[in-house]
Amino acid sequence: MDAQHNDVLLLKGNEVIAKAAERYGYDGFFGYPITPQSEVLETLAADKPWETTGMVVLQAESEVASINMLYGAGCTGKLAFTSSSSPGIALMQEGLSYMAGNELPGVIVSVGRGGPGLGTIQPGQSDYFQAVYGGGNGDYHLIVLAPNSVQEMCDCMGKAKDLTFKWRVPVIILTDGVIGQMMEKVQLPPYTPRRTDEEISRQCPWATNGIGLKNRKYNALSTLEFDPLVMEERNRRMAEKYSRIEAEEVDYELYRADDDPEFLIVAYGISSRVSMKTIDLLREEGIRVGMLRPKTLWPFPNKPISKFAETVKGILCVEQSEGQMVNDVRLAVEGQTHVFHYGRSGGMISSPYEVMDAFKKMARECVTKNWPKGYWMK
Amino acid sequence: MITKEELIQPENRVYGKPALMNDTPMHYCPGCSHGLVHKLIAEIIEEMGIEEDTIAICPVGCAVFAYRYLSVDWIEASHGRAPACATAAKRLWPKKLVFTYQGDGDMACIGTGEAIHAMNRGENIAMIFINNAIYGMTGGQMAPTTLMGMKTATCPYGRQADLHGYPLHITDIAATLEGTCYVTRQSVHTVANIRKTKRAIRQAFENSMQGKGCSVVEVVSTCASGWKKTPAESNKWMEENMFPYYPLGDLKNTAEQ
Amino acid sequence: MTEEIIISGFGGQGVLSMGKILAYAGIMEGKEVSWMPAYGPEQRGGTANVTVIVSDQFISSPIVSAYDTAIVLNQPSLEKFEPLVKPGGCIIYDGHSIIAPPRRDDIAVYRIDALEEAARSGNSKIFNILVLGGYLKVRPIATVEDVVKGLHKALPERHHKLIPMNEEAIRRGMEIIKKMSL
Repeated sequence: MDAQHNDVLLLKGNEVIAKAAERYGYDGFFGYPITPQSEVLETLAADKPWETTGMVVLQAESEVASINMLYGAGCTGKLAFTSSSSPGIALMQEGLSYMAGNELPGVIVSVGRGGPGLGTIQPGQSDYFQAVYGGGNGDYHLIVLAPNSVQEMCDCMGKAKDLTFKWRVPVIILTDGVIGQMMEKVQLPPYTPRRTDEEISRQCPWATNGIGLKNRKYNALSTLEFDPLVMEERNRRMAEKYSRIEAEEVDYELYRADDDPEFLIVAYGISSRVSMKTIDLLREEGIRVGMLRPKTLWPFPNKPISKFAETVKGILCVEQSEGQMVNDVRLAVEGQTHVFHYGRSGGMISSPYEVMDAFKKMARECVTKNWPKGYWMK
Repeated sequence: MITKEELIQPENRVYGKPALMNDTPMHYCPGCSHGLVHKLIAEIIEEMGIEEDTIAICPVGCAVFAYRYLSVDWIEASHGRAPACATAAKRLWPKKLVFTYQGDGDMACIGTGEAIHAMNRGENIAMIFINNAIYGMTGGQMAPTTLMGMKTATCPYGRQADLHGYPLHITDIAATLEGTCYVTRQSVHTVANIRKTKRAIRQAFENSMQGKGCSVVEVVSTCASGWKKTPAESNKWMEENMFPYYPLGDLKNTAEQ
Repeated sequence: MTEEIIISGFGGQGVLSMGKILAYAGIMEGKEVSWMPAYGPEQRGGTANVTVIVSDQFISSPIVSAYDTAIVLNQPSLEKFEPLVKPGGCIIYDGHSIIAPPRRDDIAVYRIDALEEAARSGNSKIFNILVLGGYLKVRPIATVEDVVKGLHKALPERHHKLIPMNEEAIRRGMEIIKKMSL
């Protein structure tokens, strides 16, 4: 039963990741089951895209193998993706460093749950550090997209494909167990055919697939370099690329923040959805509060946050963790205003009312203590 | 007297370096088996005429720089993960030759999981396994295939079962898996053995191209530096000590049927 | 109009699929919907629940802490969710599955003997559809016609032959639900 692209469907975020990959012309999926993202592989296995689009689907023996399969795919110029959850993404960090080091395309979907360690299987956002700062070795960044709806899960698969080839940087789609497991209305894109061998060799002349070998120097993709000067040169070139990404690819969205709000909430993923409701409730009470939602966590929307920091009385960073993105908010704010964190962790998700209570406590402190500008605390 | 220039004529030529072997000086030690196996691979790819259909994957270990010496497209994998890398490459490019080139530490220790699962899934790849019973690259430490009683930097009093466990026969394990079609153990210490090894690698490559399953070619090898012996002594030591433990010959060949 | 519903019971009672049919019915009515399950080991024999929101407007948070309607199909679910029904909201429970009925007087309480009715009809699989029918009687957020259209979307084609039976169960559920007074 195949849906038309203009049909409105009711699907889980995880199911949509699979269906979007089939339609955006991904060449392969390599992954290992883990709650709460197993529906990605289950949906692909049921859809059998290898019979239609020619997409390869393989259940690997581990997350370590999965990410190295992505590495192998990326080296040959193919577009592959994997999906996993927190402990599985932890296992992939080495491979991500290699992919970043060789500047390979690849897409990693991370459906977060409560940690650390095995943690819980309930939704979590405590993998911000893992995605944005990474656990792999070396000077590298990954582009990190943060969808907050089932439709955006779909759209991000298209965006990730474009970005990963445009910049030759692996892209992580960082989401959480709520967005992965919940069903919402979604419209899927039309089918884009997978690239032909000729298109691949034109788009990826660096790829190690043998095409045209007789008329070119052979390609070798390696992260190894014995000369530190050469390695430094490579790092500087990559750093220069990263700064161009920071200049061009920052993406964010504002919610009820266009009337010079007194307070700002910064939240991504499920926390942004919860916070929208909180803001609606606060606005009913006449409190001028708005939200800035980063849609890219790296590069991070430093400038717009800094701009708000000039005028708001305080910023509440809402994330379902004990405080991770809040560090980046503080860096963006540079002491211009007070920055607080609120969130549950370990698999708990705050309700809009809990966020409202935390907000009011913060707002009271900001106003009644009349803190001078430049004084910030948790 | 005949001059050098007069001597170097095509009709006098009895041996040539394969074109795919480029002029980069090799870092391998004198007496090392790697150079010979590299040359065989270059010859076979040339003879099969599949330069543009080859994806080669090298390991971490002494062969980490294999990509410098053979002019085909190479992927340098992370330690032990070459079979996972090869799995994706072959599945995404099913008509190409995809082979891994791994040492004993890479395939039989840190990458055992990836190796066994790639073999067991019957990935249509060729795996070349250089077993010299020691870690050459890092300076002569114990390998999973180090023989009982053999001395290395990390078992200076000899490998003992109670301290270090037993040598891992990964090729024998490979032969028991349903996904492998060709498993053989060879060596390159005599001309006759070099020829046999060449035939074995050629069959493994053909199996990959024809999608017959996973082929494993173990080359029992010397490490003169790691073993602290001359190349000639190393060959002798290998015959006397390695071959009884790792006997040469085909362990499995269902691809020919 | 925004209706925030929690459906909760034992795994295997069809809680998640009831929520899915309801969400599809909402789509047929042109509404916004969200369906958020409590997932994991809870699905396997323990308590299963799903939050469904149907609204005329964009749904911000799929996570809510108070509900317009709670449909509770076992005693632990009633104890967990009765306090979370908004004042003026309603609670629907299956008569056979609940030992101690709801006690709040600021919400409407409905009882549906769906388990008994399903047993009587000899088809235990219509249990959740009977409850769904009862719910639609109390909160007519979608017409029966739209629910049937939703079933066509929600069910794989091989199960479409069962749709007439389900439609009948919805109508039967509407008949057997009764309002309780304290």
